[in-house]
Amino acid sequence: MVSPITFWIVAGVTILAALAVVSLKNLIHSALWLVAAFVGVAATYLMLEAEFLAAVQVLVYAGAISILIVFGVMLTRRGDIRESNLFTRYRVSGGVISLGLLVVVVSSIMKSKWIISREIVPENNVGLLAQNLLGQYVIPFEVAAILLLVALVGAIIIAKEVRD
Amino acid sequence: MVGLNEYLIFAAILFCIGLYGAVAKKNAVAVLMGIELMLNSVNINLIAFNRFLTPSEVTGQVFAIIVVVVAAAEVAVGLALILNIYRQRLTTDVNDLDWLKW
Amino acid sequence: MIQFAWLIPVLPIIAFAVIVFLTRRMQMVSALTAIVAMAGSLIIAIGVLVQVFSTNITIAEPVELVVRWLEVPGSLLIEAGVLIDPLSSVMLFVVTSIAFLIMIYSIGYMKGDPGFSVFFAYLSLFSTSMLGLVISNNYFLTFMFWELVGLSSYLLIGFYWNKDSASDASKKAFITNRVGDFGFMLGMFFLFLLFGTFNFQELSVAIPAFANKTLLTIVALLVFVGPIAKSAQFPLHVWLPDAMEGPTPVSALIHAATMVAAGVYLLARGFVLFESAKTALLIIAIIGGFSAVFAATIGLVQRDIKRILAFSTMSQLGYMVMAIGLGSITAGMFHLTTHAFFKALLFLGAGSVIHAVHTQDIFEMGGLAKKMKTTTWTFLIGSLSLAGIFPLAGFWSKDEILVTALNAGEIFGVPFLGPLFLTLGLLVAFMTAFYMFRLIFVAFFGSEQAGQEAHESPISMTFPLVILAVFAIFAGFIGTPFTDNGFAAWVYYGHPHLPEPNYFIMIFSTIVAFAGILFAWIIYGKKAISAEKLAVRFSAIHTLLYNKYYIDEAYQWFFDKVFLRIADGCRWFDRTIVDGIADGFGDGLREMGARLRFIQTGNLQNYALVIFAAVVIIALWLAVPVLGGI
Repeated sequence: MVSPITFWIVAGVTILAALAVVSLKNLIHSALWLVAAFVGVAATYLMLEAEFLAAVQVLVYAGAISILIVFGVMLTRRGDIRESNLFTRYRVSGGVISLGLLVVVVSSIMKSKWIISREIVPENNVGLLAQNLLGQYVIPFEVAAILLLVALVGAIIIAKEVRD
Repeated sequence: MVGLNEYLIFAAILFCIGLYGAVAKKNAVAVLMGIELMLNSVNINLIAFNRFLTPSEVTGQVFAIIVVVVAAAEVAVGLALILNIYRQRLTTDVNDLDWLKW
Repeated sequence: MIQFAWLIPVLPIIAFAVIVFLTRRMQMVSALTAIVAMAGSLIIAIGVLVQVFSTNITIAEPVELVVRWLEVPGSLLIEAGVLIDPLSSVMLFVVTSIAFLIMIYSIGYMKGDPGFSVFFAYLSLFSTSMLGLVISNNYFLTFMFWELVGLSSYLLIGFYWNKDSASDASKKAFITNRVGDFGFMLGMFFLFLLFGTFNFQELSVAIPAFANKTLLTIVALLVFVGPIAKSAQFPLHVWLPDAMEGPTPVSALIHAATMVAAGVYLLARGFVLFESAKTALLIIAIIGGFSAVFAATIGLVQRDIKRILAFSTMSQLGYMVMAIGLGSITAGMFHLTTHAFFKALLFLGAGSVIHAVHTQDIFEMGGLAKKMKTTTWTFLIGSLSLAGIFPLAGFWSKDEILVTALNAGEIFGVPFLGPLFLTLGLLVAFMTAFYMFRLIFVAFFGSEQAGQEAHESPISMTFPLVILAVFAIFAGFIGTPFTDNGFAAWVYYGHPHLPEPNYFIMIFSTIVAFAGILFAWIIYGKKAISAEKLAVRFSAIHTLLYNKYYIDEAYQWFFDKVFLRIADGCRWFDRTIVDGIADGFGDGLREMGARLRFIQTGNLQNYALVIFAAVVIIALWLAVPVLGGI
C-alpha cells in the first residue's frame, strides 16, 4: 500500500505543476510544467496499481501530446514569448467559480458513503485489461480507433491550407 | 493509509485548476492545456474508482484508455483548428474568437 | 317529364360554358347555342307543367328529386334537389318562356355589339341561376342560386362597363342586394338552428308546430329582408331604377319578369313561415302596399321611358308583396305571372322605341304611332293590361289582389284594414293607368319631333312583342272567376280559396283605371290642362317626386355623415389601440432582444464560465435540503 507521504508528495508536485501551467506568463514554460503534471498523474496511476495506464500516460501525454502542444505554440507564436500567456478579464470571476466548484465537489465527496471493496487487485491486470479491451469492449475499442483515424485525417486537412 | 477520498479530492483540485486555465487564459493553446488537465483529473477518478470499488475488474481502466484516445484526437483537431485560425486571423487570443454570435 | 326537370337549369349553364370557352368569336353560333338550350329548357318546362297539371301533384304533395350533397352525420344534411309542384312549375314556365323570347329579341337588339356573345353567355348564366332558384328544394340551394342571380344581374347591368353610370349602377345593385342577402342568410341560419333542416317540405311540417311566435316573427322578418332587396321594395328599392343602365332586354328579363319576381316567389315558397307569424305577415303587407304607392307616385313625373317602367315594376311588385302579405299567394303569384308577360312586353317595346330613336326621354319622342305600328300596338296592349282594363290579363290578376285586400280585415282581425288596403290598391291602379298613358300620349301620339328618323324594328324584335302581346291579352283567363278559377284551384296555400266574382270591385277598378287614362288624356293628349303649369303650381311635390323622394341623397348623406364617421372611428381604434397593442408587443420584444443580445458574446470562455457557474449554483440549490446546506 502507498503511504500517505508518498501520495501527498506526488499529489502536491502535480498540483503545483498544474498551478504553474495556468499561472505562468510564458507559454513555453506552461507547456513544460504541463509535462511535469502529466508525469505526476502517471505516478498517481502507479500508486493506483494501473501500470499499463501509467505507461500510456507517459507515452501519450508526456510524450506525444506535449510535443504537439509545443509545436502548436511554436507555429502560432507572435510577439514576445514572455508575455504570451496572459489572463483574460475572467481572471477573478473564473477563479471564484473554479473555487466554488471545488468546494461543491469536495463537500459532495466528503458526504458520500463509498462501498469500498476489500478485494485485492489481480496480479496480471495488464493481461486482464487486454482481454477486456479485445473481448467485451472490442467495439468501443474499434470505434475509438476509427475516431482517432478520422481525427488525424481531419486535423491534417484542417491544418493544411486547402487551396482550390 | 490513502483512501478513495484523497484521490478524488486530488482529482477535483486538478480539475478546478484545469477549469481555471480553460476559462481564464488568453492564449488558445493555454486553453487547450487546461482542458488536458481536466481530462487527466477525470482519468484519475476513473482509475481510483476502479481500484477501490471493483479492484477485480478493469472496467475503469478501459474507460480511461478510451478517454486518452479521445483526448489525443481532441488535441490534434484542436491544434489544427488553432493553427488554421491563426493563419487566417493572425491571432490566438480567444477574446478575438467571438464569431459564434450573429 | 318530371324526372328530367333537373335539366331545366342545367341546359343554360352548358350553353354558358360552351359560349365562354368555345364560340365566343362566332356571334351567331353563340346566340343559337343559348337559344337552343333555352328552347330545350322551355320544352321540358312545358312538359313538367302539363304533367303537374294533369296529375295529382299539389303544393302539399309535391314531387322531390334529391341527391345528397353535403352531409355531416347527425348534424347537417344539405341536399341538391328539385321540387316540382304547381308553384314551381308555373314559375319555370314563366321564366323559360320569357327568357326564350328575350333571347330571340336580343339577336336584333344587340346586333353589332362587340360583346354580343358574352351577352348571351350572361343571359344563359342568369337563366340557370333563376331556374335553379325556382326549382331547388331547400333554402340553402335557393340561397346559392339567389346569390348567383345577384351576380349575373350585376354582370348584366354593368354590361356597358366602359360607361361610368352603368358600372356604378351595377355596383349599387350588387351592394344593395347584399344587404338583403345578409338578412336572408341570417334568417336561413336561424331556421336551421331552430329546425335542423333547410328542406322546404320538412320545414312546412315543423314550422306550424313551433310555439315561440316572437322568435318566428323575427326569423320571418329576417328572411323577408332578402325579398325586400331582390324585389325592390321600400327601402331597398334604390338599385332598380339605376339598373336600367343595362341593355333593355336585360331590363325586360331581369328587372321586370324574373329576378325581381324571385323575392315574391320566395315569399310564396316559404309562405308557411310567414303564415305562422301573423305580425310579420302584416309588416310584409304594409311594406308591399307602401312600396306600391310610393313607386307609383314617383312614376307619375319621370321622363325616362325605362325609369317609368322601372318604377311601375316596383309598384306592381309592391302589389304582389302586399297580396302575399294579406295571405293570398294565389293572388300574388297570379299577378306575378301576368305581370311578367305584360311588363316584359312593355320593356321590349320600350327597347324597340329606344332602338329606333336613340333616346330614352319620352318628351324627345312623339308621333311614333305612325312609324312603328307593331311596336305601338303591342305597347298599347301591354299598357292596357297593366292598367287593368277588362278583359286583359292584368285586369284579372289585379282584381284578385283587390279582392284579397278587401278581405284583409278578416285575416288579421282588424276590420278597418280591408278598406285601407283596398284604397291603397285603387290609388295605385289609378296612378298606374295615369303614368302609362301619359307615356303613350306623349311618346306615341304626341307631336312629331324634328329630325326624328324612326323606323320599325326588325322581325326578330317584333316577333317576341307579338307573342308577348298575345300572352298579355289571354294569360289572365287561366284564373278568372268565370273560368273555374283555374289558377286559384291550383296554386294555393292550405286550402284552395276560390273567390266569387266580385262585380263591385271589378266595375270600380275599371272605372278607376279609365279615370286615370282620361286624366292622362286631358293633360297630355288634349292638353286641356297644362302639365307645365301643374308642375309649377305643385313645384314642391313635383320636385320631391322627380327626385324620388331624395332617398338616394338620404342614403348618400347617411353614408357620408354617419357611416364614414363610424368607419373613421373604427379606423382610429384599429390604428391606435389594436395596432398599438400589436406593435407594442413587437417593439417591446425587439427592445428586449436588443438588450438580451449582449448575453450572446460569442466568446467560448464566457459560455464555459456560465455553464460551470450554473453547475455550482444548481449543486448548491440541490444540496440545501439534502445535505442541510454546505
